[in-house]
Amino acid sequence: MSAGMLPVLAVMLPALGMVVSLPLGARGAERLTLALAPLGLAVAVAIAVVVYGDSAPIRHDLGHWAPPLGLAFRVDGLSAAMMVTAAVVIGATAFFARGQFGTAQGTAETRRAFAFWPLLLAIWGATNLTLAANDLFTFYVALELLTFAAMPMVALDGKRETLEAALRYLMFALLGSVLYLLGVALMYGAAGTLDVVVLASRVGGSYPVLLAAALMTAGLLAKTALLPLHLWLPPAHAGAPAAASAVLSALVVKGSFVILLRLWFGVLPGIPGPMAAQILAGLGAAAILLGSVAALAQERLKLLVAYSTVAQIGYLFLMFPLIASMPGTETAAKAWTGGVVQAVAHAFAKAAMFLAVGLMAARLGHDRIRDIAGAGRALPVPMITFGLAGLTLMGVPPSGGFAAKWLLLAAAIEAGQWWWALVILCGGLLTGGYVYRVVSVGLRTGEAPQPARGAEGQGIALVLAIVSVLLGFLPLGAFGLVQIGRLDLGP
Amino acid sequence: MSAAIYGLLGAALVGIGLFGLLVRRDALLRILAFNLLGGGVFLVFGAVARRGAGAGLAADPVPQAIILTGIVVAFAATTLAVALVLRLAAAKDRG
Repeated sequence: MSAGMLPVLAVMLPALGMVVSLPLGARGAERLTLALAPLGLAVAVAIAVVVYGDSAPIRHDLGHWAPPLGLAFRVDGLSAAMMVTAAVVIGATAFFARGQFGTAQGTAETRRAFAFWPLLLAIWGATNLTLAANDLFTFYVALELLTFAAMPMVALDGKRETLEAALRYLMFALLGSVLYLLGVALMYGAAGTLDVVVLASRVGGSYPVLLAAALMTAGLLAKTALLPLHLWLPPAHAGAPAAASAVLSALVVKGSFVILLRLWFGVLPGIPGPMAAQILAGLGAAAILLGSVAALAQERLKLLVAYSTVAQIGYLFLMFPLIASMPGTETAAKAWTGGVVQAVAHAFAKAAMFLAVGLMAARLGHDRIRDIAGAGRALPVPMITFGLAGLTLMGVPPSGGFAAKWLLLAAAIEAGQWWWALVILCGGLLTGGYVYRVVSVGLRTGEAPQPARGAEGQGIALVLAIVSVLLGFLPLGAFGLVQIGRLDLGP
Repeated sequence: MSAAIYGLLGAALVGIGLFGLLVRRDALLRILAFNLLGGGVFLVFGAVARRGAGAGLAADPVPQAIILTGIVVAFAATTLAVALVLRLAAAKDRG
């Protein structure tokens, strides 16, 4: 089997698993998902090893039809890193979710469990398709699959608030994807192809192309929940069950972000201009500051974590002006690595944080921050998990978040755009504020002095948090992976 | 010439749909607006196909395939949204 089949396997394994799990019922679907998790991780790691070993992206023409007529898969370092992240987060979430959605021997299968497992596989398959695809229309299909799998996850509880949150999410997502599709139509009209690599050589800065780029960017921002299009995210991510929130915050919003990177630096390197990139990063900066302040003001633990996602997404957008203003330089490479490491570190940290918060809410019976005093004694492991994940979000050395934010900070200063450095520093302080607020109340002695009893799945959440911290210990050479096949440096 | 008319009609539909989706509060009206918007996009895509700009042909078949896929996706989205609205209405009736 050639390496070209690996990306096909990464997409097909979860997709086939989802289809097969439907007739198997909840118990069978659970077993199948748990069996596929290590298999999918092995495929993702193999992809990363091949990409790193060859120092070149894996390419595969589906059905041996070459673009522009056929569709190609192209897995570069960015995709490989995100695929490994997705496999780890999905696998960890699946084992964690056995507590809530598992069907024990001798009990009846529930409707929620039957919905959860196939949806988890669907999110995994759609995420991998987003990462492997290399043409604008397959991106659209992957985005829609991601939305259709993620939306029911929000409404799993079936309560009125979560149904409303799911409907609002669906409306934002549909508006986003239809704007994206309109952009695709205009782009096709201007260039006659949708393959990212072929497009890069055909499009110029003509008005239809710029209009298409603007429409597609707006659509993708709505799906990534960049401020001011973030309104759907907090109720949706806070209302979902813990395992679902972890996947939604860690992976689903990153899918549209990766497509945005492909659009700006693959299809249109340098065409949107430095001013447009400044606007994008300006929105990111506003998201960091306002999202963190909103998180500080929340009364409820899950909403605090959801607003923290709004803020952390902002960091992802700081890389745009740094790359756009200094294309092809060492500074651009730093900003690129910083942005991608931020996406990866946030995925691990936020998954861990949502799982830990879910455990706390389940044990305490509520998630009001005011009343969680004593949680540190009753639930020591989830509390440590929350703190460790908080370190990554703050960007305290030696965590993965520190590596990401330090690279972005260094790139901002090298590019002479010191204002982004200020935003990064302020964001870190505000993040410290809301993490401290939870930890300080949780460590107080309070009314929850139940005997310390291990909560099911707490080890898994802790491992995710530790991974997010250990990312900072990776040798700098390993970060070279995400540089491989960068589209703005030529195909 | 006719391609231009279809393109303009598509653009008008996109405008109406976008307005409805952004301004209306009622869920069913917003779903209908989304469908108008989608229909407009498909018309624009069809006009693009007729002009065959990309391939330099008299007409280009690729956008037709894309429109078909898009219609299926839009249909699936509509059913999902309607199902959600129905569940929401049932939840409201209960309390």
